[in-house]
Amino acid sequence: MSATEQDWVEICETSAIEPGMAGTVPVEGADEIAIFHTIGGEFYALVNKCPHKGGPLSQGIVHGDSVSCPLHNWRISLKSGEALGEDEGCTPTIPLKVEGTRILLDRAAILARQVV
Amino acid sequence: MNAQSAIEKGPEGSAQERLVVIGNGMAGCRAVEEILALQPDRYAITIFGAEPRVNYNRIMLSPVLAGEKSFDEIVINTAEWYEENAITLVSGDPVIHIDREACQVVSRAGRIESYDKLLIATGSDPFVIPVPGKDLPGVVTFRDLDDVETMLKAAETSTKAVVIGGGLLGLEAAHGLSLRGMDVTVLHLMPTLMERQLDEAAGYLLKSELEGRGMKILTGADTGEILEKDGRVGGVKLKDGTEIEADLVVMAVGIRPNGTLAKNSGLDVERGIVVDDNMVSSDPNILAVGECVQHRGECYGLVAPLWDMCRALAAGLAEMYKPYEGSVTSTKLKVSGVDLFSAGDFSGGEECEDIVMRDASRGIYKRVVVKDDKVVGAVLYGDTQDGNWYFDLLKNQEDVSDIREALIFGQAFASGGSALDPNAAVAALSDDAEICGCNGVSKGQVIGCIKEGANSVDAVRATCKASASCGSCTDLVESLLAITLGDAVAESAQTMCGCTSFGHDHVRKAIVENGYMSIPEVMQELHWSTPDGCSKCRPALNYYLLCAKPGEYVDDQKSRFVNERLHANIQKDGTYSVVPRMWGGITNPRELRAIADVVEKYEARMVKVTGGQRLDIFGIKKEDLPAVWADLNAAGMVSGHAYGKSLRTVKTCVGSEWCRFGTQDSTGLGVKLEQMSWGSWMPHKFKMAVSGCPRNCAEATIKDFGVVCVDSGYELHIGGNGGIKVRVTDLLTRVETEEEALELSAAFIQLYREDAWYLERTAPWVERKGLDWVKAQLFDDPTSVSALAERFRYSQSFSQDDPWAERAAGDRKDLHSHVGSIGAGPPADGAIKAVEPAE
Repeated sequence: MSATEQDWVEICETSAIEPGMAGTVPVEGADEIAIFHTIGGEFYALVNKCPHKGGPLSQGIVHGDSVSCPLHNWRISLKSGEALGEDEGCTPTIPLKVEGTRILLDRAAILARQVV
Repeated sequence: MNAQSAIEKGPEGSAQERLVVIGNGMAGCRAVEEILALQPDRYAITIFGAEPRVNYNRIMLSPVLAGEKSFDEIVINTAEWYEENAITLVSGDPVIHIDREACQVVSRAGRIESYDKLLIATGSDPFVIPVPGKDLPGVVTFRDLDDVETMLKAAETSTKAVVIGGGLLGLEAAHGLSLRGMDVTVLHLMPTLMERQLDEAAGYLLKSELEGRGMKILTGADTGEILEKDGRVGGVKLKDGTEIEADLVVMAVGIRPNGTLAKNSGLDVERGIVVDDNMVSSDPNILAVGECVQHRGECYGLVAPLWDMCRALAAGLAEMYKPYEGSVTSTKLKVSGVDLFSAGDFSGGEECEDIVMRDASRGIYKRVVVKDDKVVGAVLYGDTQDGNWYFDLLKNQEDVSDIREALIFGQAFASGGSALDPNAAVAALSDDAEICGCNGVSKGQVIGCIKEGANSVDAVRATCKASASCGSCTDLVESLLAITLGDAVAESAQTMCGCTSFGHDHVRKAIVENGYMSIPEVMQELHWSTPDGCSKCRPALNYYLLCAKPGEYVDDQKSRFVNERLHANIQKDGTYSVVPRMWGGITNPRELRAIADVVEKYEARMVKVTGGQRLDIFGIKKEDLPAVWADLNAAGMVSGHAYGKSLRTVKTCVGSEWCRFGTQDSTGLGVKLEQMSWGSWMPHKFKMAVSGCPRNCAEATIKDFGVVCVDSGYELHIGGNGGIKVRVTDLLTRVETEEEALELSAAFIQLYREDAWYLERTAPWVERKGLDWVKAQLFDDPTSVSALAERFRYSQSFSQDDPWAERAAGDRKDLHSHVGSIGAGPPADGAIKAVEPAE
């Protein structure tokens, strides 16, 4: 674990987010992060902000590997953060890994989002 | 002779011949329908039935047992049908004697009826295995509605059921009882379930599927005796000594043609009543159809041959002979979620070749048996799409040597067409291919009825009955509509979303008819093209399921829009607004104080009076919502559902209590309306208003349901909208009392709930369906209003729990809390630390 402690930060248990839902992680001085659990069982982390009007993506409906923003129904890819379909824009993704039952986020990517 | 009674019934006193039918089941009634179609006025008809009710679709008893259909839904011929066709129905009084010499029948109650032609359609009796204990209370068969009622009653009080017989009927009974919450064990004598229809591999897949659903299945189980406990059934003991506890035992081991009456009157009866190709028995004046007959040595226990027999019988009577030449039968199991098809012979043999395909990951097994270049049998499990095609090849004895290699991949592939176009597959079927097995309708007949003007699935069902019974051939009928009419097909163009090729009406009907219980099940059964739908279809399916199965369906939070999931309205900055209910727009100091306190305590940035006569508190964070609700609950306020596709507000004016123009107590009625309907989920938001006089201060004529009080009572208006496209209501009707206004409101809401597409407001819905249609639904049948209102009240009995109170008490805490948080310290000491989630 010592090697990973340096780069990865533990957030929560995988069971904390049921499939088809998202959990939120506020970050002091930076954008909140949303962790998505797809119905297919994958986990993804994105900045919790739609590229359109900043809507909280964590509150959208998760389907396949995308989420529909609750404000104006833009569909955002959970893999790339890109808006899908006709819309254009991109939400930053945060590297995530699952170790056993723990979800870990990439520390560097979170730092990169920190407001200086 | 009793010529008088015939003349009484006959038109203009013409001397009609007298036709007496023994048996008011599917065979007897279908035969009468066929006779009437060819010779509407020839006979004065009397039907005797042993059961005290009208004719119903016996093959749909399984869905009734499973709670997927009600008795009313499986009635084939209503009392009106008998009346319209001048048929005398003697129900609950079976014929016990036939006097062939005098051409008379005698009923149990002593009724004597003379006949010129007698039709016996006594069907079959369930076979009861002769073991000790077979007559104990709690041992039932599965044959008629009385049996179903006995089982349903047992399911209420008992927990353990044993079904003896793992054939079609037994498994459908087991499925039904299992859905009713019983702990079910199936005992099957043979090593393979449904061994007459399935081979070992398909039987195994079926067994695993049913076991996965919680049933216990014992094969090779030979029942030795039925055990007694306290004067009724207590269990079953197998010959190997195993004992299984049971408070209900269902015998479903098979049926026996009922030829007793015929035999006692001296007709030729072997296994069944012996008939010729025109369904005439050994007495030229006596005919027989259905499961009671034996034709060319065969007895049939399925429904499809019945239709052929009835056609031959009617043609024979009209001297337009179309001899019956026997049937090849196919089987589908009516257990929702299990696709299973079987036809013909697959026992194998020297000259038989087996072509088998398995796809374990998708749970598919297909086997086609070919002999002398002809299909002789087919078993399909998991993917039954090509069942009809194989059945068609089998019945027509077509030479398949040319398509032998592609045969197993199905029709679209074997015919060289595009594998993705189901229409091409249906187009390739021959005209006499059977489309609807339940009602015996061929492709040619369906196309005929489409060409005569049936331009929708419903119209086809109403005319030739294809897909009107079990509905499993609806896709085929839709394909035929598309092939025959192209773009002129009504309603099929609008699909729900990109995930499905079906429209809202189709999906909804499938949900209601097949009793689907979950979104994944609907997607699986209706072949969704995406793994888990999209933000359009998921909420729609969630609503349709909720509406179809109140109290049973478990609401799927992940298929709810955020507002309905968090019971508040999301705003552009990601905070929420909260609107407590103010009944009829009336409030009091206690409520106002609580709202004021909440605004201060949670630093809400704005309070706004809404258009619906209540207060909206803006800027609440999702984490604070449960605490806000707890405070509002404490002052007696509940959720206002300002966030939901549900009842929003009931706007009122002050009415006769204060206003000098008021004619009725509009505020009082508004409060009653709101108390009746709050909490109900709808296709879209639903607003009501009550104005105390025609000055209409509550703007009732732009609401979904508006009441305008007048001196003589209440005008009820529907389908108004003040939104993007303003629409003034249509006047539905006038009523005299408040009770009637409430009842009609409930009925109208329920009609909207059951019929409108998800996200369709009443205004476009009323325009799409027409005001006349709405009126017809409510008023044509005098019982409609109370039936609809009753269904609404039933549904409401599950939906009037305040969702705020549940959340305030700690329900779904996960939706309101973060899974973790990251705090930033000074850069030097590591910057990031993770915090455990609150739970």
